[in-house]
Amino acid sequence: MSTTEGTLHAGAIAVPPVPPRDGDPEVTAELVADHGLSGEEYERIRRIMGRAPTFTELGVFSAMWSEHCGYKNSRRLLRLLPTEAPWVIQGPGENAGVIDIGDGYALAFKIESHNHPSAVEPYQGAATGVGGILRDIFTMGARPIAVLDSLRFGDLDSGRVRYLFAGVVSGVGDYGNCVGIPNIGGEVAFDRGYEGNPIVNAMCLGLMKREELITASASGAGSPLMAVGARTGRDGIHGATFASEELSEDSDEASRPQVQVGDPFTEKLLLEASLELIASGAITGIQDMGAAGITSSASEMAGRGGSGVEIDTARVPVREPGMTPYEILLSESQERMLVVAEKGKEDEVRRILEKWELEAAVIGHVTEDGRFRVLEHGVVVADIPALPLTQGCPTYEREGVESEHVRSLREKDLAEHLSPEGDLGDRFLRLLGSPNIASKRWIYGQYDTTVRSSTAVRPGGDAGVVRIRGTRRAVAATTDCNGRFVYLEPRRGAHIAVAEAARNLVCAGALPTAITNNLNFGNPLKPHIYYQFREAVLGMAEACQAFETPVTGGNVSFYNETDGRAIYPTPVIGMVGVVEDIDHITSHAFRNEGDAIVLLGANDAEMGGSEYLYVTAGLVAGRPPSVDLMAERSLQQAVLGMIHEGLLRSAHDCSDGGLAATLAEAALGDGESPWGIEVALDDDLPPVGVLFAETQGRIVVSCDPDHAGAVLRIAEIHEVPARVIGTVGRPGGDLNLRLTRGFVSVPAARAAEAYFQAIPSIMDAPATAGA
Amino acid sequence: MRVAVVTFPGSNCDYDLYKAVQLVGGEPTFVWHRDRQLAGYDAVMLPGGFSYGDYLRAGAIARMSPIMDDVVAFAHRGGPVLGICNGFQILCEAGLLPGALVRNASLRFESKDVHIRVERADTLFTSDYDHGRVLRIPIAHGEGNYEAGEATLEQLEGDGRVAFRYVSADGEVTEAANPNGSWHNIAGIVNDRGNVLGMMPHPERATEAILGSTDGLGLFTSMLRSLAPAAA
Repeated sequence: MSTTEGTLHAGAIAVPPVPPRDGDPEVTAELVADHGLSGEEYERIRRIMGRAPTFTELGVFSAMWSEHCGYKNSRRLLRLLPTEAPWVIQGPGENAGVIDIGDGYALAFKIESHNHPSAVEPYQGAATGVGGILRDIFTMGARPIAVLDSLRFGDLDSGRVRYLFAGVVSGVGDYGNCVGIPNIGGEVAFDRGYEGNPIVNAMCLGLMKREELITASASGAGSPLMAVGARTGRDGIHGATFASEELSEDSDEASRPQVQVGDPFTEKLLLEASLELIASGAITGIQDMGAAGITSSASEMAGRGGSGVEIDTARVPVREPGMTPYEILLSESQERMLVVAEKGKEDEVRRILEKWELEAAVIGHVTEDGRFRVLEHGVVVADIPALPLTQGCPTYEREGVESEHVRSLREKDLAEHLSPEGDLGDRFLRLLGSPNIASKRWIYGQYDTTVRSSTAVRPGGDAGVVRIRGTRRAVAATTDCNGRFVYLEPRRGAHIAVAEAARNLVCAGALPTAITNNLNFGNPLKPHIYYQFREAVLGMAEACQAFETPVTGGNVSFYNETDGRAIYPTPVIGMVGVVEDIDHITSHAFRNEGDAIVLLGANDAEMGGSEYLYVTAGLVAGRPPSVDLMAERSLQQAVLGMIHEGLLRSAHDCSDGGLAATLAEAALGDGESPWGIEVALDDDLPPVGVLFAETQGRIVVSCDPDHAGAVLRIAEIHEVPARVIGTVGRPGGDLNLRLTRGFVSVPAARAAEAYFQAIPSIMDAPATAGA
Repeated sequence: MRVAVVTFPGSNCDYDLYKAVQLVGGEPTFVWHRDRQLAGYDAVMLPGGFSYGDYLRAGAIARMSPIMDDVVAFAHRGGPVLGICNGFQILCEAGLLPGALVRNASLRFESKDVHIRVERADTLFTSDYDHGRVLRIPIAHGEGNYEAGEATLEQLEGDGRVAFRYVSADGEVTEAANPNGSWHNIAGIVNDRGNVLGMMPHPERATEAILGSTDGLGLFTSMLRSLAPAAA
């Protein structure tokens, strides 16, 4: 700590003067502003340097002190999240979090956003998002075993939105398919709140033996630094800074050069080469050149290792001649790694890379002077103290005030929507056919879900599950966040996001274990946005504490605004869980005619923020459903207990679309043989509330009727309300729901058509003239 | 059964194939495409994936890899060669099988379980299946649309060289059951001697109950039995 403090006040230490490089612009106040740095931040840089920075140094600072790399508006609040547990091996601060999953294995996992690039160039933006997250995992020494994607778009009636949606899906798919990592789940939502600024978050899980863990730090003075993989080009320069700005009408054209281009084939080679390098013992550290490229990878490795680095940009393999040190340092060309080799083992590194038809070049070495020094043909062009660069980014706590508009939306009286005119069956079908509820097969049908031959539960259910070969174990993963709930009441919305993720995991038979989060928000300098952020982080911290699911890392994406309009605050929870025995793996679909259907948890008529309101009235309003975190925890434990006893045939979480959607999804399964159901609900509530409210804390399970008593007993032990609500009918029968004040009957085939055809009928329709 | 699983840069189903061979009691070995070591193997398998990133055309670059000369020679000596997905594409590009695999009719990557019917149960790859049996097996490809000239198709059909065909769950050849637009719903074919099989579906991904299907196992047990009659 004392070293940190000492170095942070490096103003006293004389930084050698670096003469301006020929051809570089002069550092003016305007140039500083163009780099996204405030006057105050620039003064801080001057104090650290003891002089004015050069153009190259300014570029380096602006990247490292961007929101994307420096977390300047989030770091203080993020400290409130619980990050520790006995099973956490690596918490926040590395390329990825790592947890112990038993039997000698560790799981690395992380989620990351690529929202801005995807808004401008959906295919490449999404593809490189997947590429980046894969590299974060395999640079930990773990082999990627699964990918998930969490997506948000505007409503599909817009041609532009359909273009973004189709492009993102094929970008996510093509990249993961080519590298050969199965996609096991994720989520997508469509709402006008994301028009213009889609959300593209990709999550990856990687498996390793505990002892294979390697971290990204540079130590050992004189150890060579090697650039590995693809060459450095002019693409993506200042991507990190770009990600820290709002989008505008002009972003499309002007920003395209800041979007990187992906090459999954090179990534696959890099993956194999990296794992071979790590196994060889020829390297001591490895890091992806992700956001802010060589600058962040080299300075962060030096910062973590408590050492320094010296790099000569003239030795970096480049795609085109004439690149300046500034460009080389800030390029975000994809599929590149920075490796710290053991001194004297450079040739072994080269030999491994050569086998995989990749390049490796020594571009510098580790020093012990704590400096991030950059040369060009031996001439110093940047010389910065590494620790203040990586750790000294100023952090801010902003003013947070709730928007009056949101408050009034939340307080809106929804009574009229509880007793609508018209047929409930029609409303049920409309809801099943809403792209938010409907089957997402159109999406995951483009993703390879079975490569690696380990996928036990594919996308389409509550959580994806991958078995661990050679053990009885499996891991489950899910991503969740209902942005409408977070918008209407951020703290409660965050509770719901964490609770839903945990419910999804237990429905698959897994114990919720840890979290990676992707905090997608608008501009934090606006008080109502900072309010959303603060409340959501607080809510997340409370829920993570309640469920004992620490946060091991993640990503913050601010400035998700288009022309001043922010997205719904969307703190995506990526949660992983451990299945102790593959016999516990459970899926959401009913499996046998005559099975008992049991509802765990209590119904209520909480319509706030529901999909029903959006579909029937175009409304995002009301108070989100209440959450009792302790009751949620009991529900999770009860369901896991039932699964461990071998009592359940299926388990499905109740969320978007309410109980009606949950029952329909369990009945329709993968569409091959939709079951009828006979359900009776005796709640003294308005029918709309029983069917479509998104009340929390509910799971629908099915079991052999002979086991229903045992299921109810376990629920009782955990003080979870439970009742048998019906039975699974015959294949192709009707979905019959009897209520105290109403009756809904829909043929399973009609429900299946609404549910499975909704997205294809929009996306595969021939384009109409002028659209 | 000693099996060479040939790997190219970009192969990604190599490990799955290796495990499937091991599961039935075979002895798999990865053979890197530059190593050109096929002596002593009873069978050669070309796994799925994206060799050379599918750049230019799926399989078009891998087929020029030096080891393909050895694979061709192995096949010409009568050695069993199995190509799955990208392996099938490479076999077509290398001329060991006729026809070509072009972009799916949907113009999208298609990933799902399909049903295929065993059209030939008398090859060394399929002898453990009953003729006409319907298998449920995953596909995952962007270029699996089998095309060939009229004459070639007639010859394939006339000689009974279609090994697998896409069908509905109850075994009917229908357009709806065809996931990629393949002519005659062709999912897999053999060469005229019956020792080279190429297929788009992934039998190695349907070898354990936990994966949702074990219908692919028969392919590997067939090969094992055919190649080690003494042991069977």
